[in-house]
Amino acid sequence: MNKDLKASAPTDSEIVLGILNNSEIVLKKLYTTYFPMILQLIINNNGDEDDAKDIYQEAIIVLYNKIKGGDFELNSKLKTYIYSVCRRLWLKRLSQMNRYGGDIRDFEEHLPVEEEIDSHSDRDIQFEKMESALQLLGEPCKTIMEDFYIKNRSMQEICERFGYTNADNAKTQKYKCLQRLKKLFFQQK
Amino acid sequence: MSDNQLTEFIERYLDGSMTAEERVQFELLRKNDAAVESKVTEHVKFIGLLKQYGERLELERRLNAIHDEIDVHALKEEVIIHPVWIVRMWRNHHSKISVAASVLIFAVLSVLIVTGKLSNERSKYEELSQKINSLKTEVGHIGAGGHPSLVKPKIVKTPPANFRGTGFALTSNGYLVTDYHVIKNADSVYVQNAAGESFHAKVIYTEPQYDLAILQINDPTFKNLGPVPYNLKKAESDLGENVYTWGYPGDNVVFSAGSLSSAAGYSNDTTEYQVSLPVNPGNSGGPLLDEKGNVIGIITARQTQMTGASFAKKSAYLLKTIQNIPTDSLSKTLNLNNKNTLAGLSRKQQLKKLKNYVFMVKVYNQ
Repeated sequence: MNKDLKASAPTDSEIVLGILNNSEIVLKKLYTTYFPMILQLIINNNGDEDDAKDIYQEAIIVLYNKIKGGDFELNSKLKTYIYSVCRRLWLKRLSQMNRYGGDIRDFEEHLPVEEEIDSHSDRDIQFEKMESALQLLGEPCKTIMEDFYIKNRSMQEICERFGYTNADNAKTQKYKCLQRLKKLFFQQK
Repeated sequence: MSDNQLTEFIERYLDGSMTAEERVQFELLRKNDAAVESKVTEHVKFIGLLKQYGERLELERRLNAIHDEIDVHALKEEVIIHPVWIVRMWRNHHSKISVAASVLIFAVLSVLIVTGKLSNERSKYEELSQKINSLKTEVGHIGAGGHPSLVKPKIVKTPPANFRGTGFALTSNGYLVTDYHVIKNADSVYVQNAAGESFHAKVIYTEPQYDLAILQINDPTFKNLGPVPYNLKKAESDLGENVYTWGYPGDNVVFSAGSLSSAAGYSNDTTEYQVSLPVNPGNSGGPLLDEKGNVIGIITARQTQMTGASFAKKSAYLLKTIQNIPTDSLSKTLNLNNKNTLAGLSRKQQLKKLKNYVFMVKVYNQ
């Protein structure tokens, strides 16, 4: 691993605090510090750099949500935690692709993290449903939904953007869109 | 109240833009109407998920932006574990190595073919002792008539042999000859005559170089055989002579006839004859007789890819072997018969006389 990166590696508590405070710098440091470790794991176990990116980002998201969720306790090193999550995710991916030969070349020590990955993948399934529901919803509903509920734009802004003549029309339109979105979301299996 | 109105109420309730009066009313509605209450929870959950989804997209975008700044290619070079030099060499040069190997194999094969080293003969020599894989089963006789308890079953038990060949008597007092490869590695040896009687026999001398072994029947139930009707021919026989053998490839004695086709055996082995005679595993050690009833050889092997090409050790080497037996390993005299009583008889009559002097050799080992 790169020595410079190691030297500037932030401490674990710095990272936790940084993520809680939405610090872009800390997120970047976290990301760049441990990526080489995961790249090494994936590349030497039948994967390529794109697999490494996918798996690593998934693990960072798991960690990020865990910290944001407030239930993160530092009872192991972050490094070990990230490695274990990636290892678990990669084993899962390998067996899905039938490429798992029953043996993985390890570079770090690791912990059992099955539960966290299970709850993470449950949430992923919800997000996938949401994504396809939004796709099916079509324009302009999709943008209205995103603008209002995700980006927290005001109805006034939305009115101007879509050229609605009065706010009531826009509101009615928004509720109709929400109705349809819910319907699409819950229809999916 | 329409769905849209209800949703609007819920949203206003949630973002706190209701007047105090409206709020009280709405809370009352929630309490009293379960449908409204469930609408509220569902709405909260759904909007929460939508927002989380948005946050996830945003986080992914941020991570991607960070990722794009990393020089993945350089890192990859750094962390990849390079395989050992031999694997690397194979990966880089396998096409060249394959071509070189093919050329080499081709060259070796052509040299072998041109020099005749690859002719069929060498690998197709098969010794003729028979391996018996299937165990003979016990045969039980249970008396009929409904009184099984009174009638003791009579059990005829034939012990299973691991290996089988043929042997023939040299003298009337129980000296036999067979092939060395038949009794090689034997723990115990039994011989069985045409009547099905088995006798225990002892290997008293072996001559592996000629593939010959001398056995002696040392069973108390053995009775003198009577004068041996054939003699061993000392001189070499001529090509084209009609010959036959008599042996135990199966459970019954089998006769096969042919002619002497060469004075040298497999790979020009001058201690053997080549005979055109169908033999099978189990014939090993059987006598090869000429028309007059002289023993001119002992069946040893056959060539697998030529039907009817078999080999027999010349009788002269049997005589030599007999001479080589140390006198102290002979408990009885070994006087060879010089008188041939088969000469002049028809083949059928010869065989009748021979019958008692040719044995099945059964070999047991672990």
